[in-house]
Amino acid sequence: MNAPREPTLVVDRLTTRFASRSGAVTAVDEVSFSVAPGEVLGLVGESGSGKSLTGFSILGLVDPPGEIAAGSIRLKGRELRGLSAREWRALRGDRIAMIFQDPMMTLNPVLRIDTQMIETVRAHRHVGRDAARELARDALARVGIPSPDERLRAYPHQLSGGMRQRVAIAIALLNAPDLIIADEPTTALDVTIQAQILFEMQTLCRESGTALIWITHDLAVVAGLADRVCVMYAGRIVEQGSTAQVLETPAHPYTRGLLDSTPAANAQPDEGGQPQPLRQIPGMAPSLKEIPAGCAFRPRCTHASELCEQVPPAVELAPGHVARCFHPLPATQGVKP
Amino acid sequence: MTLFILRRMLQAFNVLFVMSLLVFAGVYAIGNPLDLLVDPNATAEDMARAAASLGLDQPLWAQYARFLGNALQGDLGNSFIHGVPALGLIVERLPATLELAVVAMLIAVLLGIPLGLWAGLRPDSWSGRTIMAGSILGFSLPTFWVGLMLIMVFAVQLGWLPASGRGPTAEVLGVPISLLTADGWRHLLLPAANLALFKLSLIIRLTRSGTREALLQDYVKFARAKGLSNARVVGVHVLKNILIPIVTVVGLEFGSLIAFSVVTESIFAWPGMGKLLLDSITQLDRPVVVAYLLLVVTLYVVINLAVDLLYAALDPRVRLAGASQ
Ligand SMILES: Nc1ncnc2c1ncn2[C@@H]1O[C@H](COP(=O)(O)OP(=O)(O)OP(=O)(O)O)[C@@H](O)[C@H]1O
Ligand code: SF4
Ligand SMILES: [Mg+2]
Repeated sequence: MNAPREPTLVVDRLTTRFASRSGAVTAVDEVSFSVAPGEVLGLVGESGSGKSLTGFSILGLVDPPGEIAAGSIRLKGRELRGLSAREWRALRGDRIAMIFQDPMMTLNPVLRIDTQMIETVRAHRHVGRDAARELARDALARVGIPSPDERLRAYPHQLSGGMRQRVAIAIALLNAPDLIIADEPTTALDVTIQAQILFEMQTLCRESGTALIWITHDLAVVAGLADRVCVMYAGRIVEQGSTAQVLETPAHPYTRGLLDSTPAANAQPDEGGQPQPLRQIPGMAPSLKEIPAGCAFRPRCTHASELCEQVPPAVELAPGHVARCFHPLPATQGVKP
Repeated sequence: MTLFILRRMLQAFNVLFVMSLLVFAGVYAIGNPLDLLVDPNATAEDMARAAASLGLDQPLWAQYARFLGNALQGDLGNSFIHGVPALGLIVERLPATLELAVVAMLIAVLLGIPLGLWAGLRPDSWSGRTIMAGSILGFSLPTFWVGLMLIMVFAVQLGWLPASGRGPTAEVLGVPISLLTADGWRHLLLPAANLALFKLSLIIRLTRSGTREALLQDYVKFARAKGLSNARVVGVHVLKNILIPIVTVVGLEFGSLIAFSVVTESIFAWPGMGKLLLDSITQLDRPVVVAYLLLVVTLYVVINLAVDLLYAALDPRVRLAGASQ
């Protein structure tokens, strides 16, 4: 039985725009990727590159004046674009769950943990309060929260940041979703807790066959966690492939720049015994209103040519390794050849 | 909790003491009640006798000392005009005012919160804008003018509702209440609506801005991401958060409703405390004025305490000072 598993989620040329008085801006631009059951997909990019918005688009939670302008989102073969509000609601929190960036803000400050968990169960299943509470307690225990019964009766402000994020993760797990979108859920936490939560999430999703999209701006996190990586720049996915392909043989100059500016990639001392200095990508990420025509990375790219004034097509360099660049870097230029 | 309440009561006594000083001195400064009380043709001897009988011949500090001594025993003095205890006179009028204030506040809250929520959820819609425009009117139109207009339209032109007085009341435990008779309600409706208008506008605006702010919060988006129904997101997640400031404001405004129903009560000839106050001021009936102000301060203190307790009950992050020991 080696037949390729049907992907849990297929996103195809997803485009999300914001209408404004000065015209529409495109925040997510023809984004395509897929995630298989039990697979972890890392979505990497600088602040403002459209990672969260990609997540919210998949969840049908883009607030006006934003809207999904084109593309398709298929969950287990079912097209989600064009679903009614009621159908979306039935899906959210049940088949697709999302964990937000800031654990301090995601839980409602005036509702007890049990209220916020039980309502999530009961929004999707016809079970009694007691049965729902039992599920909530199990979920808290699964994410490693000690004395879950006590925690259930607590208010969010009585828990630490790490605990709150675990509660948010437990809420995401409650209805055993097919897909979890985790939006930098650990950036607000300290490094040890971050590593713990990463590991636990990975294990939980592998075991249950849940597809996981892990959004982060930190390539080091992705290296230890993801099976595949998508690199986003100015609303577009500029490179994607297996974690090894993207991190070891980056083809897009932007990915290369990101790797060079990551401390972990430079931790190896060179021959002289000195750690290599971090190299920052010159320039700034463009704001949505002034994304350059053609390749958006052009003003910051040392490899740019006239050709780059056109939008580069997605080119498959190796099976599964795709980059949008006219002058992809040769594989030998990778960090670890 | 008990400690908290005890501490607050101690504070209340201090406030009352300071208030009594201020009020007493203030009332003493305006006019001479003897000019109004005694026949202008009376002899100087008559005047002196009257002054002595009312204690007005004493210096201010002695008058105050006597007042304070009596007040501590629950006696706030007799009305110069009616010759009966001032406090009794006011308490007699209290139910009428309280009833008016409660109904006005109920109107303001029961209409204001849903309207404010609606306007907050649909800020750009036609209905949302209309609600906000209405609330601006409610803010800016003077109460007495609105009162007169209400009388013009509903009492004079349409003849639907009576323009003045309290109408029949029914007694509950010796307290006369209009709410129990249909005609009582008819009398209450216009003055209550008049009194409610400003508070209604206030609550609409407060609810709307609270709603708009709450809708931007992550916890609302997270609640949506959990697949909750709109009714639950708005009715529980949003409402429970915005109720906290609303309760505070409603509490404080309730005090001012009671204290300043004066205008409405005189327009609609509503026999409440406000009307009594006006009459007492024009007649320089000092004990009644002093007793009224002290009673209002006491009401404020009690309402404030209730608001604080309610606040703590609504917001889990608030711990009452002293409650944790
Ligand atoms: N309501 C909105 N109106 C207009 N533009 C918006 C709106 N919400 C988001 N954007 C824009 O969409 C772009 C993508 O935002 P997004 O939150 O997805 O970035 P991100 O990659 O998650 O960044 P971060 O790492 O800071 O979270 C940003 O440039 C942002 O300014
Ligand atoms: S397409 Fe051109 S500008 Fe864009 S990254 Fe590649 S080389 Fe640089
Ligand atoms: Mg983000």
